[in-house]
Amino acid sequence: MNNLAAIWLTLQLATVTTCILLFFGTVLAWWLSRTKSWAKPIIEAVTALPLVLPPTVLGFYLLVVMSPNSAIGSFWVHLTGSTLTFSFEGLVVASVIYSLPFMVQPLQNAFETVGSGPLEAAASLRASPLNAFFTVAMPLSARGFLTAIVLTFTHTIGEFGVVLMVGGNIPEETRVISIAIYEHVETLQYAAAHSLSLALLGFSFVVLLTVYTLNRRFPIRIR
Amino acid sequence: MLVLDVRASLGDFELEVATSIPLEGITGILGPSGSGKTTLLRVLAGFEKAEGHIFVDDEIWLDTKSKTDVAPHSRSLGYMFQDARLFDHLSVAGNLKYATSRTLSQTKQIVVDDVIDAFDLSQLLKRRPTELSGGEKQRVALARTLLTNPRFLMLDEPLSALDEKRRSDILPYIDKMASQFRVPALYISHAVGEVAHIAGRILAISNGRVQAIGPTSEILERLDLLNVTGRFEAGSVVEAIVIDHVARHRLTHLTIDGQTLTMPMEAGVAPGDHVRVRVRARDVALALIRPESISIRNVLAATIVDLFHVPESPYVEALVEFQQQRLRARITLAAVEDLSLAVGMHVFVLIKSVTFDSSPT
Repeated sequence: MNNLAAIWLTLQLATVTTCILLFFGTVLAWWLSRTKSWAKPIIEAVTALPLVLPPTVLGFYLLVVMSPNSAIGSFWVHLTGSTLTFSFEGLVVASVIYSLPFMVQPLQNAFETVGSGPLEAAASLRASPLNAFFTVAMPLSARGFLTAIVLTFTHTIGEFGVVLMVGGNIPEETRVISIAIYEHVETLQYAAAHSLSLALLGFSFVVLLTVYTLNRRFPIRIR
Repeated sequence: MLVLDVRASLGDFELEVATSIPLEGITGILGPSGSGKTTLLRVLAGFEKAEGHIFVDDEIWLDTKSKTDVAPHSRSLGYMFQDARLFDHLSVAGNLKYATSRTLSQTKQIVVDDVIDAFDLSQLLKRRPTELSGGEKQRVALARTLLTNPRFLMLDEPLSALDEKRRSDILPYIDKMASQFRVPALYISHAVGEVAHIAGRILAISNGRVQAIGPTSEILERLDLLNVTGRFEAGSVVEAIVIDHVARHRLTHLTIDGQTLTMPMEAGVAPGDHVRVRVRARDVALALIRPESISIRNVLAATIVDLFHVPESPYVEALVEFQQQRLRARITLAAVEDLSLAVGMHVFVLIKSVTFDSSPT
């Protein structure tokens, strides 16, 4: 029962995080792929930070920023009546930041591969920039979207350090699979740890296998 | 009328073009590589930022003074790119639909079925662009562009990616685009032969600046434009009237300003047809007296109107005139000196080879 609650919570977290990042990540990746601004390398570096920083560093700063004593944290308390730290909402915020590069980088790559050629062609056929994005850039980047969504989703499922720092270990609120496994091991419940770990291993492998197989059998044609 | 006065800079390159182009028939934009032909088209399309103004009949596309800069998708022009740029995620039919679904219904004069017929696309509709040959891609791209009912079309070296044979397969379709669908076009090329074949008017451009604009025959015979027109197959286009065919010799007789010209028989023309024929400058020789006992069939009397020594070369470009029609000849500087050729002299023009330039007009 304990495990099922953790699995359900994890799936919720990964789904919400992926949906939020699908929007913001796409916007950011699109901007990065088109801009000639001097700020581009700076934004790229910031976006990539979660890849290299220890989760504890990220978690620590997030904890500081989201604590009820900070501006953002107190505003959240004022707005909702509960704290952002040690809550599901707090986990979502942390996951969005932690998984950002996994959404942005494959998308930016895909958009850059599409290039300006097809978009200019779309403009010459009277498609507005937004329309051209949905009808040309997105379909041509389909593989990039698939990769970004899968990586973001699975990476969010697998996160541990940031979640522990920001969310703690509250059943049905912040105790995701990785935390539950950690707790099982701490309390020497190896059987429970085994079943969850195996499930996670199997799930991750099947998802990645599906993606790679799809990529091989239905190559999305991009010149 | 397309009226433009634009300045744009891309890195080191500066484009500064002020001219008026009548929007009828095909206007060839001719110039060496890197002269700014494509940049000019991109400025017209709004893909490159520019200053100045662009007026298309009564529409204003760009006017820096009044801060008008119409977005690319709101400029009603058709752009056929060098590399076709079909959408690979759509079928050929889907690519055509992309154009038709975005065109306002009241401006639809060009109908999909007509275009599919004219460009022989019915067999290709279900295919993906990746399954098409280079020539087929260009045909689909041309059809797709036409379907937006543009004020005018811009074709950026549409034949450059094709081999010699495929080029001659596509050219009739481009002719069709201008004649059957009556869409004016700007046609970029660095190949004089190609432009001479289909364009009625030439805009010569070099180093980002306009060198000349005028009727094709006039531009091609101007010796001061050699850097633009003379780099490849320099020659002239002359107008002639078909007299008759000589079936036994498989020859056709034509008349140019009252003098007879003989050329390989062309079944597509009939006596009385007005045609344009193309003569390469290197196939023309000059003589002071009418040569006899010679295999060349075409010997015409003319007057030298211009001589121009091509710098640092052994050649002189000569321009000769019959009555109204003019012809370019490439001869050597040595020959000019030996024969003491000068402007105003009467000479005999020996023409070794003549080709038809287009179907009867």
